[in-house]
Amino acid sequence: MRLTCPLCGERDRREFYYKGDAIALNRPAPDAGTDAWDDYLYLRDNPAGVTKDLWQHELGCSAWIVVERNTVTHEVLSTALASDVKKATK
Amino acid sequence: MRVTGKGLINRDKQISFSFDGKSYNGFEGDTIASALLANDVRLMARSFKYHRPRGPLTAGSEEPNALMTLHSGARQTPNVRATAQEIFSGLEVRSQNNWPNLERDVMSVNDMFSNFLSAGFYYKTFMWPRAFWEKLYEPIIRRAAGLGALSGLHDEDMNEKAYAFCDVLVIGSGPAGLMAALTAARSGADVILAEDDSRFGGRLLSEVEDVDGKPGHLWVDDVIAELSAMDNVRLMKRTSIVGAYDQGTYGAVERVSGHLRGAHADAPLEVFWRISAKQSVLAAGALERPVAFPMNDRPGIMTASAVRSYLNRWGVAPGKRVAVFGNNDDAHRTARDLAAAGVEVAALIDSRPDSGPSGDFPILTGAEVIDTKGRLGLKQITVRTNAGMQTISADCLAMSGGWNPSVHLTCHMNGRPVWDDKLLSFVPKDGAIPGMTVAGAAQGVMSTAGALQSGLEAAKTALAAVDAKVADVTAPQAEDAAYNIAPLWQVSGKGRAWLDFQNDVTTKDVKQAAAENYQSVEHMKRYTTQGMATDQGKNSNVGALAVLADATGRGIPETGTTTFRPPFTPVAMATLGAGARGAGFAPQRFITSHDMTVKAGAPMIEAGLWYRPSYYPEKGELTWRESTDREVNMVRNHVGITDVSTLGKIDVQGPDAGAFLDFVYTNMFSTLKVGRVRYGLMLREDGFVMDDGTTARLGENHYVMTTTTAGAGEVMKHLEFVHQCLVPDMDVQFISVTEQWAQFAVAGPKSRVLLNRILDSEIDNDSWPFMACGDVSMGGVQGRLFRISFSGEHAYEVAIPSRYGEALYAALLEEAKALDGGSYGMEALNVLRIEKGFITHSEIHGRINAFDIGMERMISAKKDCIGKTSAARPGQVAQDRDRLVGLKPVTPSQKLMAGAHFYNVGAEATRENDQGYITSVCYSPTMKSYLALGFVKNGPNRMGEKIRMVDALRGVETLCEICHPVFMDQEGEKTRG
Repeated sequence: MRLTCPLCGERDRREFYYKGDAIALNRPAPDAGTDAWDDYLYLRDNPAGVTKDLWQHELGCSAWIVVERNTVTHEVLSTALASDVKKATK
Repeated sequence: MRVTGKGLINRDKQISFSFDGKSYNGFEGDTIASALLANDVRLMARSFKYHRPRGPLTAGSEEPNALMTLHSGARQTPNVRATAQEIFSGLEVRSQNNWPNLERDVMSVNDMFSNFLSAGFYYKTFMWPRAFWEKLYEPIIRRAAGLGALSGLHDEDMNEKAYAFCDVLVIGSGPAGLMAALTAARSGADVILAEDDSRFGGRLLSEVEDVDGKPGHLWVDDVIAELSAMDNVRLMKRTSIVGAYDQGTYGAVERVSGHLRGAHADAPLEVFWRISAKQSVLAAGALERPVAFPMNDRPGIMTASAVRSYLNRWGVAPGKRVAVFGNNDDAHRTARDLAAAGVEVAALIDSRPDSGPSGDFPILTGAEVIDTKGRLGLKQITVRTNAGMQTISADCLAMSGGWNPSVHLTCHMNGRPVWDDKLLSFVPKDGAIPGMTVAGAAQGVMSTAGALQSGLEAAKTALAAVDAKVADVTAPQAEDAAYNIAPLWQVSGKGRAWLDFQNDVTTKDVKQAAAENYQSVEHMKRYTTQGMATDQGKNSNVGALAVLADATGRGIPETGTTTFRPPFTPVAMATLGAGARGAGFAPQRFITSHDMTVKAGAPMIEAGLWYRPSYYPEKGELTWRESTDREVNMVRNHVGITDVSTLGKIDVQGPDAGAFLDFVYTNMFSTLKVGRVRYGLMLREDGFVMDDGTTARLGENHYVMTTTTAGAGEVMKHLEFVHQCLVPDMDVQFISVTEQWAQFAVAGPKSRVLLNRILDSEIDNDSWPFMACGDVSMGGVQGRLFRISFSGEHAYEVAIPSRYGEALYAALLEEAKALDGGSYGMEALNVLRIEKGFITHSEIHGRINAFDIGMERMISAKKDCIGKTSAARPGQVAQDRDRLVGLKPVTPSQKLMAGAHFYNVGAEATRENDQGYITSVCYSPTMKSYLALGFVKNGPNRMGEKIRMVDALRGVETLCEICHPVFMDQEGEKTRG
């Protein structure tokens, strides 16, 4: 598997650390309530199809990356810097 | 028997090798199989289950029968395919899976009981009693069945890993592959041409036919010469592409030196390549399938294409009188080649009734071979014709059941091949591997001219995908005969008809599986073990499917096929794990005092990748406890030094550094004064403790964070995550400086005295009170000093750039010794911190929150932080949670055991009665007692209570008293002193 780091270019999967669903970007407010926090911390979809996860270019530039990929075809559809994605949602 | 004037071997270079202790001669270019056949050796192996005598079935890497053991001693290599291993001078080859020898194998008694050993035998027979399975049945079966054995010695061969990148990877170098490589190369693309064989050319090396008006192998030579002169081409022969993976990644094994030598050499044995290709062309050709007729497994019976390979490529007639049996035109081609080479063709048996004569040899049409004779090698065949039975003497039978395109790699990403009714075979599904185009026989294009054209077209497709301009290339003239084939899946008759030669699976086994309702192809495969040997069903899958389809009354496409998975050919574990053996298994991180520490005789213990001293034994000390007790007393009474460089150090800078630390730590750091250190607690977002450590504020916008040794990597990753993913607007930067600073703890009542002999300017309690920090100078070298303590003593940590680490350690040690002090190791450090109730990752083990360790008040109410919301959930602050306490035995000499559990006095030691557990244990020379830290339900409210410690595993029981986790100097007077 190969991923394109927005800063370093296309690299082997072994350079990256996998965290999980990109929902991790959407940290609820402290007072958002138990359900929102439960969703954020524990509940995950397991889609057969397009999904977004967070990877870190651990053996490269340390950038956290949002990877959009298809769990069925293994196609990588896009990658973006997590910091850009986060800033854009504000 | 060699045939004069045939073959591409180098007859000027004779090579001597041994097989089962007997010496044989071959020529450069020979495989073990071709050289043995040239010496009229047909019997090369015993089969897996029935120990049937076997010779080679094929002439390539798909070989199921002729598996052998190379070398002896540590380099012994089992299960090498004799059809693929090239010979070299002095090569030692032995047959395997037989006793006492290949000709008289005692275990061939299995063959006599084959009626009882058919599919499902083990499942049905060895059911009862259950206890017998592991002790009796399995060992016996394992000894009776099986292939070659490992030496059990340390492997002396070296392997490597490598990476390659290209625009177009061409897999296979037959007509299609060469044409694809030539087209892509001439168009300027970066090309890798990978060939499993020792020589480029594929079937062109084994057939008598012209390409571009010259013999096929000469055309190959011309193309290879052109390609090797080009900078944009990498030619890789002896390289199997073993797997196709996501985003154009391919795994490949290159056999570098296994064909060259018997002794050590500098070159690796094999290289495991990861090839990243923008596009690929699969031109892996096709494999001929055997015919399942009764007794089709004798030495001397092989595929027709193998007979032509031995004859045309290696100049070997695999028999003196050869019969040919098939259902397609390739059978005729085989007979013609043999006759032209002067080898006697006993008969051409064509199952098709409408086939005509094609050469100067007897032909039997509409006929089938229904039996064979010859215990250790073929002597006679029986043929059923319209006119009746006929026996024919022959010592070799070439069989052809048609060709199976090599679709294997196209299945590696779950692509299912599709059935082609005309070819009577599976062909790859379009787009099965993104970026891969299939060409030639692998795509079902069976003529040479067709393959050349198909290779050219595939290259054009690949070039278009990488936006390369296609050079003007045309395919040369070549053979363009139609591929005529009629179904012939099995021949009825008495006797067993083998499908999977390697796992001894016959048509009867497949029918039995169907009869016992294992009708799905996946079930049949597992029930019979068909296709589960090292050839992965390359020779048997389609035949077995056809028999299953017939037995279940379905068509082949409805029956489906099992999935080919990586690797395409067997790969040695040593090759996959290249470089990861011995010290190469994990990197080692050394502290700057490593050499001096090892020289002092300290046993080193692993802490992650680091190595740290366990204790420093002195003369006369017989146990680690003696050394440890001395070191603890030394620190408590004088002074000790220890290397703490392994702790993670993260430099945090920027206008928002304080705010950022406030967010990742539970407590406040923005309010910390410059020149001061504070202990910090870091939570995970789910409220559990992630790590702890001290952070020093060196400047207005400059902090240095300390993490635990174990948590350094995780914390760094966490900080990056929090910054980039949660608070990207914060203006803060951080970097790990663990490697850049050597840091030593100086602990004990005389620590300041010692330091003042090292520091360029003296310090006192006013300039460096407890928790002070700042720059210092040592011998003119700028360093840092932190007054912090992990021992409860008056202590410091002094840091210096790593290149001065060893010198500082030496200086500290010398001064320490002058003050009745010295070095202390991890064992003493552990005792010192347990006596003081300081936690480590033994306590904060991932299921522990701030409340559990009595630090809930460290979660600041003034701000949000990671984990704060979760830490406040009702269940997280329940009084009866397992909470940190100290524990001491009622009788001080009684042992406490880490990992042991607690039960109330009078309660049974059962899971339901569990009251907690011990996380850290030491013997305290200070308190003259064993001490422990642990977690007890509602612990802080049970001080003074007696509780039973039970270690069920080691059979230890001790009555304990629950006490405060800080066993000494609870007020911290020594620390501040």
